[in-house]
Amino acid sequence: MDSLLFIYQELLPELGKGLIITLKLILFSVPFGLLTGILVAIGRVYGNYLLSSLSRLYVIFFKGCPLLLLLFIIYFGLPSLGVIFSPFGASVLGFILCNGAYTSEYIRGAIQSVKTGQMIAAQALGMTKWQAVFYIILPQAFRRALPGVGNEIIYLIKYSSLAYMLTCIELTGAGKIIAARSFRFTETFTVVGIIYLLMVYVATRILQWAEKKFSYPT
Amino acid sequence: MGRKEDLYPGFRKENVNSMNTTKATPILVVENIYKAYGKTEILKGVSFTVNKGETKVIIGPSGAGKSTLLKCINQLIIPDKGRVFLNGEEVLHSHSQINRFRQKIGMVFQNFYLFDHITALENVEVALLKVKKMKRPEAREKALKELARVGMKDKAHLYPAELSGGQAQRVSIARALAMDPEVMLFDEPTSALDPELTGEVLEVMKDLAKEGVTMVVVTHEMGFASSVADEVIFMEEGKILESGPPIQIFFHPQEERTKKFLSRISELYGELNRNG
Repeated sequence: MDSLLFIYQELLPELGKGLIITLKLILFSVPFGLLTGILVAIGRVYGNYLLSSLSRLYVIFFKGCPLLLLLFIIYFGLPSLGVIFSPFGASVLGFILCNGAYTSEYIRGAIQSVKTGQMIAAQALGMTKWQAVFYIILPQAFRRALPGVGNEIIYLIKYSSLAYMLTCIELTGAGKIIAARSFRFTETFTVVGIIYLLMVYVATRILQWAEKKFSYPT
Repeated sequence: MGRKEDLYPGFRKENVNSMNTTKATPILVVENIYKAYGKTEILKGVSFTVNKGETKVIIGPSGAGKSTLLKCINQLIIPDKGRVFLNGEEVLHSHSQINRFRQKIGMVFQNFYLFDHITALENVEVALLKVKKMKRPEAREKALKELARVGMKDKAHLYPAELSGGQAQRVSIARALAMDPEVMLFDEPTSALDPELTGEVLEVMKDLAKEGVTMVVVTHEMGFASSVADEVIFMEEGKILESGPPIQIFFHPQEERTKKFLSRISELYGELNRNG
């Protein structure tokens, strides 16, 4: 009874504020991460030597850098170069760069799996290479990449908790603060865990819907 | 001789004269095309002219360079040497030029290459919308008209994976026709089809020839060649060995290699090849 009272009266209102930050982190990071991933993948497959090399370097760098370290570099390191971010901004930037690197790999693989005939037929109709990429290749590639890209989005929901390390008080951070104040670690972290589970569940359902929506007979 | 005529039942005797009677307006001029990959020479100087409304059929053994030749015409493969003229204008492969030409050169592929993620109707529509920048209702109307022309209007809503090979190929013909091309190139349009499905595709192509569509067809369908072609071109090892009206090529070939090829083909396809 005591625990329930604590959860309703103290925990949920506090966690609610953190949850809003978490949702904002996700909603800013996912679309731009996806966009970055698509652009990097296109640059890598269809770009000239320079663009292709830059894309490859981007992926090597951001896949190889631990996300927490990346966040530290952006938030604590860049100010010495005169680039200053808010904790929220630094977190979102880090998530986009990391998510974009992984997403681009899924999309690159999917682009390369689209049969070459699709590009040839599009060009034979008078489409430019870029028209063929955007209207013919990408829609097919995106469908194939969706399960992997969806996984990355779900990872992102969970690693958004790293923003706490930059003093961006999101869900996990809010939980940590309440737990430390009230010494109710079990209740607090259980509830926080359930909230993450629910977010992942909702995201999974949305992704399932998207997979269905974008599917076509093969 | 009698035996041979049995082989080509659809033979049109009037083909012999049709070349002289129609007013010859060259639509497509192919001039001295060379193409090599490394040391392998695929095309060794190929030239021919296609007049308006004419059907040219290119035959020859595999590896003769027939497909490469077709792809050189719309610069899907860029020739090392030689020039192509469409309506008197040189087809250039520069980015700014080539897409303008490709719109006017329809191409049908052996493996259809329909866009897998969109329906038959959208396949025909997409280039009208994106390349010709037509408004949607106008594009839809045009696409449905072209699908009707190949007898596929009632299957317009199906995806490529839901079509049989023959149906898919007919949609791909409609897709090329929708651009109102000056000339249609067919690269072995029935070679990937089950034998019982080749007929429907050849029927459509025959209708197009009758309607006066200018066509260049690479095929092994000798029945089709003999009944539809205004001229048959025999290619081997990257060169045109001989060309002429079908009656000449099929019944009085001048070159030993042409004779050999034709007898091999009739052994292989012989009685099956009655689609003509």
